[in-house]
Amino acid sequence: MADIIAFDEVWGKPHDPAGRPELTDLAGWIADTPASELQRRQQAAEAAFRQLGITFAVYGEEEAAERIIPFDIVPRIFTAPEWRQLSEGLVQRVEAINAFLTDVYGPQRILKEGIVPAELILANPQFRGFLHGTVPPHGIFAHICGIDLVRTGPTDFFVLEDNARTPSGVSYMLENREAMLRLCPELFQRYPVCPVDRYPDSLRETMQSVAPRRGDMPVCVLLTPGHFNSAFYEHSFLADSMGIELVEAADLEVDDDVVWMRTIEGRVRVDVIYRRIDDDYIDPIAFRPDSLLGVPGLIAAYMAGNVALVNAPGTGIADDKAIYSYMPEIVRFYSGDEAKLPNVETYRCREPQALQYTLDNLEKLVVKLVDGSGGYGMLVGPTATKAQVAEFRAALVAEPHRYIAQPTLALSTVPTLTEAGVAPRHVDFRPFCLTGTHGVTIVPGGLTRVALREGSLVVNSSQGGGTKDSLILADAPMTQSMSGMTQSMGAGLTQAMVGMVQSLGEPR
Amino acid sequence: MRLRISHRTVYRFTEPQARVVQLLRLTPGSHYGQTVVDWRIDVDCDARLKASRDGFGNETHMLYAAGPLDAITLSVHGEVLTDDRAGVVAGAAEPLPPLAFLQATQLTKVDPAIAAFAAAVPTGDTGLEHAHALMHAVHERVAYRKSWPDPARTAAEALEAKTGVGQDLTHVLVASARSLGIPARYVSGHYCHDGGASDEAGHAWAELHVEGFGWIGFDAANAMCPDDRYVRVAIGLDARGAAPVSGTRIGGGDERLEVGVTVESAASDS
Repeated sequence: MADIIAFDEVWGKPHDPAGRPELTDLAGWIADTPASELQRRQQAAEAAFRQLGITFAVYGEEEAAERIIPFDIVPRIFTAPEWRQLSEGLVQRVEAINAFLTDVYGPQRILKEGIVPAELILANPQFRGFLHGTVPPHGIFAHICGIDLVRTGPTDFFVLEDNARTPSGVSYMLENREAMLRLCPELFQRYPVCPVDRYPDSLRETMQSVAPRRGDMPVCVLLTPGHFNSAFYEHSFLADSMGIELVEAADLEVDDDVVWMRTIEGRVRVDVIYRRIDDDYIDPIAFRPDSLLGVPGLIAAYMAGNVALVNAPGTGIADDKAIYSYMPEIVRFYSGDEAKLPNVETYRCREPQALQYTLDNLEKLVVKLVDGSGGYGMLVGPTATKAQVAEFRAALVAEPHRYIAQPTLALSTVPTLTEAGVAPRHVDFRPFCLTGTHGVTIVPGGLTRVALREGSLVVNSSQGGGTKDSLILADAPMTQSMSGMTQSMGAGLTQAMVGMVQSLGEPR
Repeated sequence: MRLRISHRTVYRFTEPQARVVQLLRLTPGSHYGQTVVDWRIDVDCDARLKASRDGFGNETHMLYAAGPLDAITLSVHGEVLTDDRAGVVAGAAEPLPPLAFLQATQLTKVDPAIAAFAAAVPTGDTGLEHAHALMHAVHERVAYRKSWPDPARTAAEALEAKTGVGQDLTHVLVASARSLGIPARYVSGHYCHDGGASDEAGHAWAELHVEGFGWIGFDAANAMCPDDRYVRVAIGLDARGAAPVSGTRIGGGDERLEVGVTVESAASDS
């Protein structure tokens, strides 16, 4: 297993006695808190998660046992300038994603001008031809984007992956914070941490803003595949926190291209659906006819403009890994500016030269299936066995168009509690970006995933990853209301002053 | 030619249904060589039809019927004027570029056998010759038989079985063309047999995008390009995407489907 020398976000470069001056306090807290005490708090947090039922099922295992995602008690911190840099880049990126979707399901300017190869979009199964010409309510396709970021140095952030379908994990951002406030209150006294508990309100406001009908109280619901789904906890948690109904397909019906929810008091018209069901299963008439999870006619209601689907169907074309490599060009095309958040260098194996380079350097590269997710269908060259490398070599030669390759990045590390005390472990970061009619809102926080195995670069929960709380620092010191377990900000004025909610203009 | 089309689909349910929701692609559009003079859809129960158009340019209707329903009958009557344009499609609503019809679907997935079959077909000197050769190759390899189509049968399965209904031959032709980088799509429509006989169900054929011509129809079942005996109704990536009726029902039991289509030339009695 090759050693990867990585930047540590708290301790700085390896063997740097000074660490990072911005985070001296955190380094001191880590040093001063006995490992046994950290262990105790971590176990208390995990016990609470287990009790809440924050579990997930691991696919591909014989017995898809429900388990909790391991939680790490040492938080990760982003300073206010770092967050500013990130949020500007994120706003630009999700605006470009929405502009791109509006274009490919409309005039297709970007294809006509040859910025992205037309075949790559049009022949991609994620491009849903029958939806071409349908403009979603208020023109917004991807209301919720989870943008996966990695870091390699003090100011070096890269987008690793865009998630524009139904990104999950936001419940961990909220639950991890609750646990940290309860178990490590001293950290919140030392640092001015921006609260994250506004997220459910922001999401509900985003949903209400895209309701097709103008009215006082649009009816929003969360559509779940049901309690067998690995993310069911998150579905019920979000519906609860937003105060909206959690429904399954059988609770909805479509009549005259209008969606209705069946209730004891009769039918209620539905305006906005936060659907946590993939396109393929959402409507047996429009997509897979064998789906039992979907609502017949839902897509017709969407095409008629009578319901907003969050996110809209067909957004998968924007987060396909083969399209990802064109994101810098896509951002430039729609925003007129260079991408503020760069991509990781990507070799498109569909191109002969890139394929050759990939085959010649398999031991150094990360190879991914363009339509894979969750860390499945992925080769991490430096840590792979000879047999795995050989398997991918054969697959690449057989179907090169299905793969991309990237250099193995020295992902930053964050101190993490291990059996041998606190030690560096690699991390990534998924902030959640909301787009409504008022522009892009990013709640200052996100999901930090950590690869718990020493040296591992795979952070996916399905592959033995854990999570951490991600603390975003405010510019000015702020008082935390510590009543109960929630962290709450008080007046909206304060929030605007510390720049916690980004509303940077209308999407293009 | 003036073609008169009568089309009746009856769904009979073994238990009463609470609701039926269907997407209908039953309405042809007009383009060069095909003028719809008159077209009507009737439903025999209390149902509502909502007209729309999909991204491929198909005219669609959503049908919503509330139960209890023991059966539902869809009747379509219409008259279409046709010219023989040797299969060349022009003047049709074409919202999408041809490259969109390279997309593989579950039913038209290219497996090694299809790729090998397609690659073995002589290319000829022009794209047009190549397309004709592909159609004849499918006609010879997969024997056409009249039967009830299996909606879940893939192109690969049909090629292996060496026999199939019109849907199967069309899937093989579409998948073969796409494997060679030729955009291809599935057409559902009607075909008037010589002597005005009726067809069991609708008819299916393929359209290939040929350099210099645009879209041209190829009917592998009849080994010919559509002429004035054909009425083009809906297009899609495969049979599922161009199906005359895609439906669901809410209620138990089974359903039995009866389809009767009559396509006859109205020229003699006009």
